[in-house]
Amino acid sequence: MSALVLRGGPVSVRVERRTVVLTAVLLTLIAGVGLLGLSYGATWSSPAKVFDALSGGRGGVVIREWRLPRVAAALLFGAALGIAGAIFQNITRNPMGSPDIIGLDAGAYTGALVAITVLSGTSVQLAVGSVLGGAVAAAAVYLLSLGGGLSGLRLVVIGIAVNAILMALNSWIVLRADLEVAIAAVGWSAGSLNGVDWSDVRLPFGIIGLLLVAMVVRSQALHQDALGTELAVTTGVGVDRLRLQLVVIGVGLTATVTAVAGPIAFIALAAPQIGRRLAKAPGVPLLPAALTGALLLQGADLVAQMLLAPVSLPVGVVTTAIGGCYLIWLLTKEVRRP
Amino acid sequence: MTARLTARELTLRYGDRVVSARLTLDVPDGAFTAIVGPNACGKSTLLRAFVRLLKPADGQVTLDDRDVTAYPTKALARSLGFLPQDPVAPEDIRVRQLVARGRFPHQSLLSTWSAADEDAVTAAMEAAGVEDLADRPVHQLSGGQRQRTWIAVVLAQDTPYLLLDEPTSFLDITHQYQLLELLGGLRDQGRTVIAVLHDINQACRYADHLVAMKEGRIVAEGAAADIVDAVLLKEVFELPCVVVPDPVTGTPMVVPLPGASS
Repeated sequence: MSALVLRGGPVSVRVERRTVVLTAVLLTLIAGVGLLGLSYGATWSSPAKVFDALSGGRGGVVIREWRLPRVAAALLFGAALGIAGAIFQNITRNPMGSPDIIGLDAGAYTGALVAITVLSGTSVQLAVGSVLGGAVAAAAVYLLSLGGGLSGLRLVVIGIAVNAILMALNSWIVLRADLEVAIAAVGWSAGSLNGVDWSDVRLPFGIIGLLLVAMVVRSQALHQDALGTELAVTTGVGVDRLRLQLVVIGVGLTATVTAVAGPIAFIALAAPQIGRRLAKAPGVPLLPAALTGALLLQGADLVAQMLLAPVSLPVGVVTTAIGGCYLIWLLTKEVRRP
Repeated sequence: MTARLTARELTLRYGDRVVSARLTLDVPDGAFTAIVGPNACGKSTLLRAFVRLLKPADGQVTLDDRDVTAYPTKALARSLGFLPQDPVAPEDIRVRQLVARGRFPHQSLLSTWSAADEDAVTAAMEAAGVEDLADRPVHQLSGGQRQRTWIAVVLAQDTPYLLLDEPTSFLDITHQYQLLELLGGLRDQGRTVIAVLHDINQACRYADHLVAMKEGRIVAEGAAADIVDAVLLKEVFELPCVVVPDPVTGTPMVVPLPGASS
């Protein structure tokens, strides 16, 4: 296995060649689906027109103000969900321990629903509501699975149960809500990027950016933690503090996406595992998870827009359809595992 | 012999179960210390307290007169290296990648693969005899190869103190002795080795300082030749035996008597 080693002054880093190639390939594919997303609409725009619009040309309003925020949201949210999935799969040491399966998306959505039904539903209220909802769901899953530890199937099974309860609670809130609110909430309950514009995404982009920076800082410790608590501690990881920070970052990413786009399921579940297999890297690596997540979500959003065009489906319908099959396969594999 | 690593009046417990009460031990510096005793006598627990995996209910572990809990985590990890009994490797990791994880306490956000890291990893793999396995996935290795890989991880950590919990388990007899020779060599280079060992004869042969434990207490400690006799074995292991000099090294060798298991 070949690797690139870069050293200069106090900086030194070793990167597997496969990771470099994979990153380049994924970035190219992302650029491709991104461009496709900017071109696609009621009328197709040529790539030349897209580039003209991006560089501020006249007549590019539709592309700049309608399509670009949607594409940017799909890419950044996809990356955020991929990272959140990788974080929880690393902490739980289980490919099914991802936030969408163990109820964090549903919890964040509950928080958002409360923010729009009880409060007025401004974007700040939505963000705060989602984060609180996600955090409460995470705490509930953690407390209920105490004794079984953070890892293993026990936490996942409890998470699935919590997820089911929260989904029922969400339906109940929507049913009790005013008609207008209910219609808005339902269109969003599957996870949707329809009608996302710049004003919706500015704050979430900032939050996700900060959380991703925090994640980069803690990424080496995250991977060191994969050696198990004993060796992680004796090689210098403060595991209690690390795991708390990771849960905060993971819940923050999940909740921020959910506040804008609703609970988009299965990206967080599938992207880290697909990325891991492509990268052939140890544990659940973060960068491949982020890139795969961005590619998957933008790809799914294109399918969602094209499938029944001109009607645009919620992207969550597409991710759920694809991800559901993946989950069934994963469950059969997990149950067989000793 | 001087001691920089010590346990002072240590009380260790899991929940309500007290494992050790008011245990005191000075680890001789630059020596090979072996801890022996029957199963569940608190050997591993003591080792875990030394490396801060178990917080003492009372008393303290000190390194250079400073409580180990007062050290920053990474700083302590540059002094004390530990190999647990049953470590887990991340999925799909290769030997070289796993050994490189031992360098974590020497790395920072910007420096994750310095020349010193590379040299330490290469040297550790050579010392543990796994350099030929460098690109093999750890999960495909035999039990013995895997154990030697873990030894290399701790060697790469490059600490003056090495604490190992039953490092010879999973190894065949040849590799057991190779490992003990390796640990002896590390001691000769000035490192302090503390190992929990199952085989009393190996402990007598390789350790400079033997610590015999039973039910959480230290029954005897000192050079094997000074403390190991049939009386001690009867007391610690409840094993009727004779002790004769090892024909090769002259260190005490335990030969159990017939019907000893009844």
